[in-house]
Amino acid sequence: MTAEPVLSIRNLSVSLPPGSDRPHAVKNVSFDLQQGEILCVVGESGSGKSVTAQAIMGLLPGNLRTDEGAILFGGNDILKASGSERRDITGRQIAMIFQEPTAALNPVFRVGDLVAETFRIHTNLGASEIRQKVLDLFREVRLPEPEQIYNNYPHQLSGGQCQRVMIATALALQPKVLIADEPTTALDVTTQAQILKLLLDLRREHGTSIIFITHDFGVVAEVADRVAVMRYGEVMEIGTHTQVLQNPQNDYTKRLIAAVPKLAAGAPRDITGSLVLEATNIRKTFKSGGNWFQRGRSVHAVNDVSVTLRRGETLGLVGESGSGKSTLAQCIIRLIDPNSGEINIEGVRFSDLGKAALRKARAKIQIVFQDPYSALDPRQKIGEAIAEGPVIHGMKESEARARARSLLADVGLDPEAFDRYPHEFSGGQRQRICIARALALDPLLLIADEAVSALDVSIQAQILELLARLQKERAFAMLFITHDLRVASEICDRIAVMRHGKIVEEAVPADLLLHPQQDYTRELLAAVPGAHHRPQA
Amino acid sequence: MWTAHDATAGRSAVAHMLRFWLVKLLRASITLWLVVTAVFIVLRTSGDPVQSLLPPDARQEEIEQFREAWGLDRPLTEQYAQYIVNVATGDFGKSYRDGRQVSTIIAERVPWTLMLGLTSYAVAVLLGVPLGIWAAIRRNTFVDRLIMSFAVMGFALPNFFFGILLILLFSLSLRMLPSSGTGTWMHMIMPAATLGLATAGALARFTRSAMLEVLGKVYLRAAAAKGVSFRDRILRHAVPNAAIPVVTVMGLNLGHLVGGAIVVETVFAWPGVGRLLVSSVSSRDLAVVQALVLMIACTMVAANLIVDLLYGVLDPRIRIAAKD
Repeated sequence: MTAEPVLSIRNLSVSLPPGSDRPHAVKNVSFDLQQGEILCVVGESGSGKSVTAQAIMGLLPGNLRTDEGAILFGGNDILKASGSERRDITGRQIAMIFQEPTAALNPVFRVGDLVAETFRIHTNLGASEIRQKVLDLFREVRLPEPEQIYNNYPHQLSGGQCQRVMIATALALQPKVLIADEPTTALDVTTQAQILKLLLDLRREHGTSIIFITHDFGVVAEVADRVAVMRYGEVMEIGTHTQVLQNPQNDYTKRLIAAVPKLAAGAPRDITGSLVLEATNIRKTFKSGGNWFQRGRSVHAVNDVSVTLRRGETLGLVGESGSGKSTLAQCIIRLIDPNSGEINIEGVRFSDLGKAALRKARAKIQIVFQDPYSALDPRQKIGEAIAEGPVIHGMKESEARARARSLLADVGLDPEAFDRYPHEFSGGQRQRICIARALALDPLLLIADEAVSALDVSIQAQILELLARLQKERAFAMLFITHDLRVASEICDRIAVMRHGKIVEEAVPADLLLHPQQDYTRELLAAVPGAHHRPQA
Repeated sequence: MWTAHDATAGRSAVAHMLRFWLVKLLRASITLWLVVTAVFIVLRTSGDPVQSLLPPDARQEEIEQFREAWGLDRPLTEQYAQYIVNVATGDFGKSYRDGRQVSTIIAERVPWTLMLGLTSYAVAVLLGVPLGIWAAIRRNTFVDRLIMSFAVMGFALPNFFFGILLILLFSLSLRMLPSSGTGTWMHMIMPAATLGLATAGALARFTRSAMLEVLGKVYLRAAAAKGVSFRDRILRHAVPNAAIPVVTVMGLNLGHLVGGAIVVETVFAWPGVGRLLVSSVSSRDLAVVQALVLMIACTMVAANLIVDLLYGVLDPRIRIAAKD
């Protein structure tokens, strides 16, 4: 590809407002995008990849400015373009799709009208012509029943359908460049695979050049022609798919690729511990509220599910959103009461406990949540957050504080951090605090509900390691809920695949990966990004 | 395409909607019944109406006669039952003071209160909502701070105090506006301003925060990425979304139209239901007070129903439930 690049970023720098943790969001970034090429920009949070995209679109938030560099499009620097020239480029020649498709569609508009808007702004077409074009686009992005979807509101569509609508909007005027900012991160893995395929098809049919921003090396392996790795606002390494994935030169790239969870079973462990959890025939049905026009519906969130766990064992609950895995966990800890079924924890009939007894018994089960930012009270010192549980369950204050300090050390934090507040810690550190808080009560069963899903891969690897080490030391049973088969395969002794409130298959990782018995499991495995392009670390 | 399935769904939707409104109406009547009962009990246990209605030197026979005439000599339960039956049939009784039909007395006053209330409501909405939007767009600038300072002042100053300040300034010092009473449109300015500006302040603050939340949404960035102009992003994309919470507050304020006018009508000697309520309470004209409180409660309930309806109009997520 030696032709003139479609888009050329030259020494782009964007400064952060004074008082930020570093002076530049993006520093001295340069790369070219060729006709029909997919360039993946990879990086962890705060690497400046999204800011680069926003700078190209002219969508930087008010407190950020491009202070240096050029963005050459069609030979002209669009940073120097006038307002009207810029608007002509934005949406018409360079288009963008976003991470959260459901949030990127205005809830009070019919989705057809949202796509039609692009035509109304940039063309002189009449209403019926526009409608026809929108319907054609919907067909092109493989939306079922375009006529009906045209009149639907965003909340009536699934996440994948919303992203298809966004892609239709972006492709409306056949832009030369499409910027896709983490377009599949918020989607289930099977949906992700479909959207990736769609983007590849569209590239092939229209020759659109795509800047694909992602944090996921699996996705990179699936779609990239070339890869740029970013960190702290700078490009660490840029090269072809093979160069970067098979033979990375930069140390950071090497570490990042090594941290990517692999779809490979860990070494099997001998689990001989006593039975901790025995949940049988759990059922939970939700009645969703109706409104003026429609009756409420019942959803069988958990439909006759049984699980067991021994001391020192990890059971993975894997499934897509809405499969019932979190509901099951919440039934087990009785944050919600199941409609029926029996829960025994260390021989205690947990499902029959009254309020007071339940409060006491809960000390034996602790939970670590997905979002470490909202899981800690911002006004409570972290040491007190850890000590609070033991104190409530009758431990002496001084003893609880001493335990909190030693737990902080156990999870790899400074015991002197006891008196600090959550906002002083990074996401990974906060998740360590949450784990310390959960372990403060010496639980028999630890529920990790997507506990590493919100973390960057390098942090994710550290937290997984931490959980594995702590489990070895303390021999708690762990119910590990995740949507990511790669993560589950690394840490779990057994994996249960959930769908529509039922466990469709349960097996040890090696069997599940190599000899899946159910079609759905096979589908899930096939959809894991990068499964067929295993990068060499 | 319209199919048999749709037809069944349509019929069940109508049935469902009927049930929805029946439940709403039932709840509203329970609310009103509770209000009437509470007022009945409080008014009758807090003092003897006869004492305030008749001159202090009234003779015993006169008092007895009065009691008998108004049924005040009967047991409370009987009075209560009679009252509920009367109200249910639309008979609010006669004023203890002058023996006229309560409904006639109130009907004389309602237009005045409506005139004042609707004018001030218009002031509040026309001023508060655009100012709130403007402040949100100019977040953290001088314009924003100025608007917000006025907004805070608007609802921090008590009505009666603000009203008196206006009288001091425009009537006593500048001699531009009449201080009280009715007659010309000039009489309306100060009471409407007193009532409207306070509500405008609250609305501006609320609109601002609703707008700020919407302005941070991804779909506004997505609109910008399509090339939608700033004006259309605000007016077409942001405002309809911000309207959903703002309408709640506007609805509550609509409910306050009658109740909120009490103080202002007293300060400016405005002949509306607010002043009637004050004078009726002090003279223990129970029939009038009960009817007025019931009316105020009715406007509140009605305002809430209107808000519920508007939600459906504004928010497709309420209008149309998600697909399976």
